[in-house]
Amino acid sequence: MSHRILIVAEHDGARLNPSTAKCVSCAAAVPDAEITVAVCAADASAVASQTAALKGVARVLAVDNPANAHLLAAVLAPQIAALAGPFSLVLGPSTTFGKDLMPRVAALLDTAQISDIMAIESATRFRRPIYAGNAIVTVEAEPGAKVVGTVRTASFQAAGTGGSAPIEKTPASAQIPSHTRFVSVSAGKTDRPDLQTASRVVSGGRALGSAEAFRQTLYGLADRLGAAVGASRAAVDAGYAPNEMQVGQTGKIIAPELYIAIGISGAIQHLTGIKDARTIVAINKDSEAPIFEVADIGLVGDLFQIVPELEKLL
Amino acid sequence: MRRILVCIKRVVDYNVRIRVKPDASGVVTEGVKMSVNPFDEIALEEALRIKERGAAEEVVVASIGPADCQQQLRTCLAMGADRALHVQADGVVEPLVAARTLLELVKREQPFLVILGKQAIDDDNSQTGQMLAALWERPQATFASKVELDGETSGGQPRLARVTREVDAGLETLEVDLPAVVTTDLRLNEPRYVKLPDIMKAKKKPLETLALASLGVEQKQRLKLTRFEPPPQRQKGIKVKDAAELVAALKSKGLLS
Ligand SMILES: Cc1cc2nc3c(=O)[nH]c(=O)nc-3n(C[C@H](O)[C@H](O)[C@H](O)COP(=O)(O)OP(=O)(O)OC[C@H]3O[C@@H](n4cnc5c(N)ncnc54)[C@H](O)[C@@H]3O)c2cc1C
Ligand SMILES: Nc1ncnc2c1ncn2[C@@H]1O[C@H](COP(=O)(O)O)[C@@H](O)[C@H]1O
Repeated sequence: MSHRILIVAEHDGARLNPSTAKCVSCAAAVPDAEITVAVCAADASAVASQTAALKGVARVLAVDNPANAHLLAAVLAPQIAALAGPFSLVLGPSTTFGKDLMPRVAALLDTAQISDIMAIESATRFRRPIYAGNAIVTVEAEPGAKVVGTVRTASFQAAGTGGSAPIEKTPASAQIPSHTRFVSVSAGKTDRPDLQTASRVVSGGRALGSAEAFRQTLYGLADRLGAAVGASRAAVDAGYAPNEMQVGQTGKIIAPELYIAIGISGAIQHLTGIKDARTIVAINKDSEAPIFEVADIGLVGDLFQIVPELEKLL
Repeated sequence: MRRILVCIKRVVDYNVRIRVKPDASGVVTEGVKMSVNPFDEIALEEALRIKERGAAEEVVVASIGPADCQQQLRTCLAMGADRALHVQADGVVEPLVAARTLLELVKREQPFLVILGKQAIDDDNSQTGQMLAALWERPQATFASKVELDGETSGGQPRLARVTREVDAGLETLEVDLPAVVTTDLRLNEPRYVKLPDIMKAKKKPLETLALASLGVEQKQRLKLTRFEPPPQRQKGIKVKDAAELVAALKSKGLLS
């Protein structure tokens, strides 16, 4: 018997977010998975065709509705719930988009949600981190019960492209509320790689001391390495870096090849965000800093001296 | 009465080093410091500030859990909440059960705003607020870093909220009709410290205990938690003495060419 899985695509109206390809890989771990992806948009055609190209996708549902111009949870949830009938598993990414939306879908379906799925062991058995990643729990759903889940994107490789799934235009037969209205989004424009998908990340902490020092010290190094820039909560709270740069339990969970933590102590909540980094480098003047317990390469010293030297050597 | 309901979970304090039980049956919580979930303190602080600005008249805190969570409710009363509701429940309370219970409290209390944390730092679920909003058929503004209510200055009943949210792309602003559900992110505010005299005063504030069953909510557990494990440990790394050695180490790992 095949398992029918529905994935909710994340996108910005024009481009599919890479988190969706990771959800496809997660779903493909279910034996005999038959994967359908729903694209809800004002005009879903562009994103639907990018989705159809993902390997492993059997079918794309294109849900056009002017109300979907901005992906608001209250607007999307009834549409996804209306589509969810035939599916045993409904997945979205564990990004702010999916975290906002999926529990609302789960409640409408009267089902439980499994957040931050890091491994699928069978159609009803999952593994997920709790306590900021300090424990991993195995969660089992009742056989036959519908389950909603969010996918911890750092745990999965993106599905490849080259597929050609059929695209079906599907009407959204749901009552759409008007009580929630989009006003604006201010996205920090940057030419640097995206933090969530970058293979290299240079990250700064409280030690940088000011927004100017954060920029002057880290951006040159990041550019030399072709790296994205991240930050600790302390650096964001102090205004050295914008909130979208925060890495950790309550920021972004990332899995780059190389993570360079500069002037970051390595609090549990920060480490949660970098557990899946392939190589962690730490530069910190305190040899006792907890970051050195997880660093593959540690360098004890003053960052204001080391970073410029490093930049010159690259 | 213009009322705000704040939802509080008792959790293992964020400074505690978490240990998994050797028999894989759970995480050690005996003899461990317990606190108000940090995001819920932020939720309460926001409610108190709204009240202090004159836009709300009463702040009610509610918690679902064992008798011990009355300690955290007392802390919230000491912070400045007017009244507390404790819904007695032992064992696992899944987010959907919490949301159903909170919906019953919402029907009783008729708040114009319900504020929750964006996630409880024990299970890291990040579900309850969104589920409550769905069941209540009201707006949700999750991961809030700024909350503004209209009509605050006129002293009337606020009808709209403008909420700035921390999203992956940056900051998003939504306008929602009230009543609505808001969940807090870390940068919404900095919670106040509790002062000693307030702890004494809090002892006299009303704390009502309710049974889950009396609210007509069934404590269903739909997901079984079958095994707890510590996370895989990273291999201990090496130390280098300067930038040049760092570059050499990165090259030897194939990370630089
Ligand atoms: C509920 C909750 C959620 C949280 N979520 C997150 C999260 O998502 N992400 C996150 O990062 N944090 C999070 N935190 C905060 C976390 O606990 C820490 O407070 C934070 O990570 C500390 O940031 P930091 O390492 O930059 O600052 P600090 O801990 O102050 O560390 C600064 C480091 O810089 C070093 N240093 C100082 N000067 C120099 C110099 N000249 N050269 C070299 N090194 C120097 C110091 O030795 C020190 O180790 C959360 C906390 C809570 C309670
Ligand atoms: N048992 C509970 N009692 C009261 N509030 C809760 C409870 N569980 C969760 N909440 C609220 O819901 C938020 C999100 O929790 P969660 O969905 O478990 O991550 C918390 O920050 C609390 O505000």
